[in-house]
Formats: sequence, structure tokens, C-alpha cells
Amino acid sequence: MLMRTNQMAANTSVAGSDKARPAVQLDGVTKRFGDSIALHEAWLKIGSSEFMTLLGPSGCGKTTLLNLVAGFLEADGGEIFIEGALVTETPPHMREIGIVFQNYALFPHMSVAKNVAYGLKTRGVDKKEMARRVDDALALVKLTGFSDRKPRQLSGGQQQRVALARALVIKPKVLLLDEPFSALDKNLRGSMQVELKQIQRELGVTTIFVTHDQGEALSMSDRIAVMSAGRIRQIAAPDDIYRRPADRFVASFVGDANVLNGRLVERSGDAAVVSIGDVRASVPAASIAEVSIGGSVDVFVRPEHLSVTSRGASGSLPGTVTTQVFQGGHVDLYIDAPGSARDHILLRSPGIAALSSCPVGAEIGLSIGSDDIVAFPPGEAP
Amino acid sequence: MKRSPGALLLRWSGRILVAAVLLFVLLPGIVVAISAFNDRAILVFPPQSWSLRWFWRAFSYPDFAKGFWNGLTVTVWASSIALVVGSAFAFAIHRYKFALRNLLEGILLSPLIIPHYTIGLGVLILASQTNVGRGLPLVIFAHVVMVLPFVMRSTYISLENLDIRLELAASSLGATPLRILFTVTIPLLIPGLLSGWLFAAILSFNEFTATLFVSSHATQTLPVAMYNYVREFADPTLAALSVIYIVVTATLLTIANSFLGLGKILNVDAH
Repeated sequence: MLMRTNQMAANTSVAGSDKARPAVQLDGVTKRFGDSIALHEAWLKIGSSEFMTLLGPSGCGKTTLLNLVAGFLEADGGEIFIEGALVTETPPHMREIGIVFQNYALFPHMSVAKNVAYGLKTRGVDKKEMARRVDDALALVKLTGFSDRKPRQLSGGQQQRVALARALVIKPKVLLLDEPFSALDKNLRGSMQVELKQIQRELGVTTIFVTHDQGEALSMSDRIAVMSAGRIRQIAAPDDIYRRPADRFVASFVGDANVLNGRLVERSGDAAVVSIGDVRASVPAASIAEVSIGGSVDVFVRPEHLSVTSRGASGSLPGTVTTQVFQGGHVDLYIDAPGSARDHILLRSPGIAALSSCPVGAEIGLSIGSDDIVAFPPGEAP
Repeated sequence: MKRSPGALLLRWSGRILVAAVLLFVLLPGIVVAISAFNDRAILVFPPQSWSLRWFWRAFSYPDFAKGFWNGLTVTVWASSIALVVGSAFAFAIHRYKFALRNLLEGILLSPLIIPHYTIGLGVLILASQTNVGRGLPLVIFAHVVMVLPFVMRSTYISLENLDIRLELAASSLGATPLRILFTVTIPLLIPGLLSGWLFAAILSFNEFTATLFVSSHATQTLPVAMYNYVREFADPTLAALSVIYIVVTATLLTIANSFLGLGKILNVDAH
């Protein structure tokens, strides 16, 4: 049921200009390795110029999906279309895709210029035009003047730029990015993300980006497909994914989430009311459709939607501060609230006021904001 | 920093042990090298008087010259044939799964188990049964059998170390499988292929046991010629040849090392 609605959402809310024909389309694509299913009936439509992220933990099938689009793997079921053309059985060298690997996979025996020119040579582009396009591509990634270097003479960030130039110079129908930032150090990662996003927008190239880093996914994507155990769990814009996760897995994988013990109080139309101790909160009703009134539910609340009040204030939960973590712009408080939650509750308090007002051991009240609270049927694992 | 007597003892006994092992390994070579400069026509150690005449004899003795050229011919042919055949097999075993893959792997590694005299004897029996003459091709054939596993292994290790993503990247850029082979795979395998060839060449040039069975006086290689020489004479000519051999091989390996990296040749199991 959930899958079906996601699928429809994917089909209707395609971003980008060419809405008539998706740049990439997967119709029920399945891939098995021996007995295990790496990808289970994936349905996905990616609009022209869209930046689509496949997000999930390792082994969730996101890289398998990427390799299927690239043609490095053959699907066991379903069909793949690129710009409307059926490519399920097309070999990779005829798919016109650009790919940037985690380790960049630059040809170590070729210069930067030769690396970038490789895809043009296979296409038989004439020498003059090749030189011009290589220069343009290197200028695009700000590596003019590096033509004669060998890959091993470049830094990680520069190597990544070469890999990007090499993939883009052939004007691919789709750009595939396989965890391209994970080998970079943290500072460089941030600036490369901004730059890549800029280039992507400028060229309008349809992009599929694979990552396990939810921060990267939230900041760069037009839409995110969250995956787990070979299935696409939700396809939506980053803010939707964060604010209205479709299931427990998405809620806990994307962003931090506190799981509170709640009870379903009433249901009216699309909304439902749950109670956590004495506190009542409004949540979407769809995700707890099979829970009966009075039944227990798990209520997911983001750390920034919790705030500190005085103990005993109406509409608050009792708790005790166990740990303070100063994070610069905000303070993370870990709060013990027996009865309300199985684990410690994480509260994100903006500014530095909480450092002095909520010392370790302080007995406080927790109040829950009214936005973006979701509830799911109780369960152990996400 | 002050060390305890125990630590000091350990340190020095360690050094002495290393020196002893080195000496042990190098001793035969050293003894032979010194004997080569002995003036007298017998092999004694240490020499009483000195001369270079055995070096001259090593160069001028006709069987050695003939043996050297025979050996070189056999070595070049055998290593090159083994390189092509062994690399093809290594490629097949590495890239494809097929019914007899394990069997093929076993057969190709079997020369490591089957002694050289067995190979020599086997080839000899085959040759006499099929009336194939005992010319150089026969010697080359026996050598191919012996060096093939080494070349195959060397290529296989190189393939293991080759990042498959390089080939995937090339295919995404529009390169056909054949084009990938010639523009990416083979250029990146060349150091491994050359190392394998060199390793095979050194083995082949030194091979004695099997060659003794399959060669005749006309086709004997240098080691066989040396064996025949020592049955007749006991002078230091062989010691002089050894010195020449060691110097030449060391020079070749030094050159190879600066181009390829010796680790790739010797440390064949390193990934």
C-alpha cells in the first residue's frame, strides 16, 4: 500500500522542465545475487535535469540500482528506460551515461587531458573540437592548466574534478555519482558539494547521486529515494522526507529522532491525536491506520521540536538532564524520561542558554512542539 | 635513554643472528666468487695465487658460447610463448566462470608439484614415441610447460590488483570491450606482464634438470654445458662463469627494478 502511494507520488511530482518524458525510468526492476534480492521491484521516475539521490545504509541496494542504470549489471526483472528508450539490455558503452566513482577511477597511465578526452575519442570527435571541449570541461571544473598532469600528481579534490569533467564532457544523458565525496576530507567535501550542485544546475544534467550520508542527501537533492534492504521506502523532496517520513525506517535514518511511547486517542479524517503521558499531539492518521483507538504507538519527534519548560508545567513530560553536549550553535541535552521513552531523549536547544539553565541532574519539563510529529505502529527495529 | 642489560643483550643477539643468516645465505656465492680468481687449475679455497684467465676460458670455450646462445633462444621463445598462453589463461580464469575452471587452474599450477625431471622424462618419452626430433623446439616446449604457471600467476595477480572500475568508467565513456582491452586493461597490465616474462626468463635460463633430459649436444643450454664441463675438468672456469652470471643477472634485475619495481616480481602474493 505504502509502496503504491510512493510510486504514484513519484509519477506525478516530477521536478524539472521536460515533464512529458522522464529522463530515467525504472519499471519494477529486480536484481538478485544468488539467493539474496539486492533490489526488489524498484519503480522510479527521474525528471529531466532533476537531481535524484538514492539514500540508504550500505547493502540497501542503492549502488545496485546505480549499476543497473549504468548497465554494469543486468536486471533479473523489470525494464529500464533512458530518455524514453528501452535500455534494459543495452551494454554500458551504448547508454551515454557519465559516472563518477568514489575512488574517481581515473586512468593512471593517461594525463588529465587524455582522461577527459577518452569519451570523445571513442565517439570519433575530430581533434580540433576535442581540444576545445576538453578545455571547456577543464575550465568548468576550474582545472585549466592541469592538462598535462598525471592523476597521481593531483590532490583528491582535483582528481574528483577531473573525474567530473571526464563524465560531463560527453554530454551524458544521465550523470551517475557513486558516493563521490566520501573519500574527501570534511572541509573539502562541503565546498565540492556546493560546486557540484552549481555545475549540475548550470548544465541541467539529470543526476543520480548515491550516498549513505543523509546530510549530503538533504542539502543537494531535488528529490530523495530512501532505500533499505533492497526496497525504495519513500521518494519525496528533502523537506518532505524529513518532516513527513513514510515509515519508521525513514524517520530514524534521516535526521535524529526520539521515539516516545504513545497511545492513540482519537482519529478524525487525515489527522489523529496521540497521547504521551499527559501530553497530547496531533499526527497524520495514515501511518497508524491499523492501530485501534487506545492502542500503543511509537511517536517520532525531532530533537529540535522539543523544548525545556519548568517541571510540572501543563502539557509537559517530566525528565532529568543526564548529559550536556555543547555544539557551538546549539546545545544537545540528553534527558532521562522513564515511562515516556525507552531510550534517552535528545533535545536540541538553540543558543547557549541551556548550558547554564539545564545543568546535569536538573529536573525539567519537556514540551513537544506541534509541528512534524509522526507516529507508527510500535516495533523494535526501525 | 638507558637500556637494561637484558634489552641490550637482546638487541645485540638479534643483530648477530641477522648477520649469521646473511652470511649463511651468501656464503656459497662468496666462496665461488673468490675461487674464480684462483690461478691454479683446481678448485681450492682459499686460492694461493690469483689470475683472471678462467674468465677468458669461460668466454672462449666453444660449448659455453653455443650453450649460451641455445639457452638464450630457448629462454626468449619459452618465456614469450608462456606469456601469451599464460596471460590468456589467467584472464579467462580471472574474468569468467566456466565448467572446467578449477580443473584448468589445477593443471596449470601442477608443474609446481611435478618435479622437473618428471617433465623432462615425460617430454623425452613423448618425443621418441612421436618421432619428434630432439631439436630446440622440444627444449622450448619443455620450458614452456615449466614456466607457464609462474607467468600465469604473475598476470593473475596483476588482474587482481587492477581496479575493475577503470574498465567500467571506460565502458561508460563509450568504449567497446575490445577498445577497453587495448587502451586500459593491457597498458595497465604491462608492468605485471613484463615482470612475469622476466621471472620466467630467469627460471628458464637457469633450468637444468629437465633440459638435461630433452637436449642433445647440439641443443644443450648453458647449465647443461656447464654440467658436462665439470665432468671433464675441475678448474675454476665454472666459478668464473658464476661470477659473470651473477653480475649480469643483478644488473638486469636492477634495471628491471627501476622500471617495474622488484616487489611486483618477487612479492607475488602481495595485494
